[in-house]
Amino acid sequence: MDRPLTGNIGPDGPLDLAGYERAGGYQALRKALRDLAPADVTKMVSDSGLRGRGGAGFPTGQKWSFVPMGAAAPRPKYLVANADEMEPGTFKDRLLMEGDPHLLVEGMILAAYAVQADVAYVFMRGEYHLPARRVRQAIGEAYARGYLGPDILGSGYRLEMHVHTSAGRYLCGEETALLNALEGKRAIPRAKPPFPQAAGLWGKPTVVNNVETLCNVPHIVARGPAWYRGLGRTRDAGTKIYGASGKVRRPGAWELPMGTPIREILEEHAGGMRPGHAFRGLLPGGASTDFLVAEHLDLPMDFDSIAHAGSRLGTGTMIVLDDRTCPVGMVRNLEWFFARESCGWCTPCRDGLPWVAYVLDDLEDGRGRPEDLALLAEQARLLGPGHTYCAHAPGAMEPLQSALKYFGDDFARHAHEHRCPWR
Amino acid sequence: MLSADEKRELDAEAAHYRDRRALGIEALKIVQRHRGWISDAALGDAAAAIGLPPAELEGVASFYNLLFRRPVGRHVVLACDGVSCWIAGCERLLQAAAERHGLRPGETDADGRFTLLPVACLGACDRAPVALVDEDLHGNLDPERLAEVLARYG
Ligand SMILES: Cc1cc2nc3c(=O)[nH]c(=O)nc-3n(C[C@H](O)[C@H](O)[C@H](O)COP(=O)(O)O)c2cc1C
Ligand code: SF4
Repeated sequence: MDRPLTGNIGPDGPLDLAGYERAGGYQALRKALRDLAPADVTKMVSDSGLRGRGGAGFPTGQKWSFVPMGAAAPRPKYLVANADEMEPGTFKDRLLMEGDPHLLVEGMILAAYAVQADVAYVFMRGEYHLPARRVRQAIGEAYARGYLGPDILGSGYRLEMHVHTSAGRYLCGEETALLNALEGKRAIPRAKPPFPQAAGLWGKPTVVNNVETLCNVPHIVARGPAWYRGLGRTRDAGTKIYGASGKVRRPGAWELPMGTPIREILEEHAGGMRPGHAFRGLLPGGASTDFLVAEHLDLPMDFDSIAHAGSRLGTGTMIVLDDRTCPVGMVRNLEWFFARESCGWCTPCRDGLPWVAYVLDDLEDGRGRPEDLALLAEQARLLGPGHTYCAHAPGAMEPLQSALKYFGDDFARHAHEHRCPWR
Repeated sequence: MLSADEKRELDAEAAHYRDRRALGIEALKIVQRHRGWISDAALGDAAAAIGLPPAELEGVASFYNLLFRRPVGRHVVLACDGVSCWIAGCERLLQAAAERHGLRPGETDADGRFTLLPVACLGACDRAPVALVDEDLHGNLDPERLAEVLARYG
């Protein structure tokens, strides 16, 4: 099976530049600079069917096609790799950056070339010390070899690349908040439109892509869109890094064909549930996705199938709920996370999320009332899409509303028995 | 005033950004690295170095949780309380930190050795529960392993 994203990742640490080149690295860049116009690279990525791996699944080639091109385009233009990875339960970009940093660097240079960016940043969360060291090392090697700098491989294309290490806060991962953080400001989202592709960093055209998204690009350019489409098991293209955490036998992350069924990931790769634990549900792609339950286990893990079941593929790293873990306690943990990480800009989110979390505290600590269930359901509506400035609060409501739907009896028991039955 | 080392580090970063204002976070991280935390004086020095009013830089400093506006211990323990670590028992770990090591979330222990801060998912859920001590990630923690890990930091 093809594992384009993780094929170079082994137990002995990442490949250095020479090793990466021996494995075929930077051939895609050479090919692009020699044979392909920027628009050709964008077209290949569009044709490949690659969709953003940061959570929303936006078609990557289409995103790039919104960037103004040609001599009249505003300059400088920017490309940013979103390496903020703070979605609870998500640990795939770390794997890529620690394991094969040159793949990200090559993907970024190709993406930058496609939109004719002048400067590229890796926006790295502050706690990722080892990934930052490895990506910085790879960038240094790429400069020394002429893959970055004023005249890349004699093509006349010029690109600078830097690592920005952040100083914390989940909201930095939201792409417009990220732009504010890069400009040295508080990480508060910006209104859209204008979209970053038109007016992003310092008001200039900017593309923000997730690390995993960008790591796909060298392979698409080297091996072509048809090959890439063929990797998926459903209509969705490519491979995906899936993960599983919680009480499974072997928590981990695996690169598999897009559209691999949930059951296969959980049973064959994660080894099934740990002895003495039974499956109750899962969040398919991080904290801000809706629960799925046993009836969904045969669904393919791709964007459309998971959306059809009322959830989101998100980051594709699943968090498994077992029968010995309290669903109300789990949702309480999630809502305190969202409350703490709210940027505070708009009132429903800033004030509403702590309210939700306090109600969950009451239920867990024996102070719950039967009417709390309706209260939570109402909050889930009020903080849902369309009522807040960014997608943070609606994301926070996804696990809550679906927990009420699937585990409503457990919530009710907390209220009626005035205790958590799991404690 | 920034020290010569701090200034040199800031100048190296300056080349990466289009305007000096963008250096605010870098400047704060640099003074924190050299001085342990960001006192009012350190904030003033950082603000002067990039030409920003201190009040404006304070607005930046107060937003980010890895910028410390209060003194911290010699080592900072970031204990993950993300959902995967919660399922794996991070609450037990926090309890052990308090009972055995006198470490409470948001506080520094009596001899100024450790500051314990809860932190959002550290992105290592396959090794849950995890904690970061300074720049080192430690996984698969239980109260015993936590004690072993902490013993390594003087
Ligand atoms: C609250 C919030 C946090 C986010 N955090 C991240 C993140 O850590 N990493 C990421 O790649 N995308 C994150 N996103 C999604 C980004 O806004 C953006 O959609 C993504 O980086 C685009 O890249 P892609 O098209 O390659 O997926 C977040 C979104 C929201 C609303
Ligand atoms: S929804 Fe929350 S995180 Fe988003 S802008 Fe409003 S307060 Fe900030």
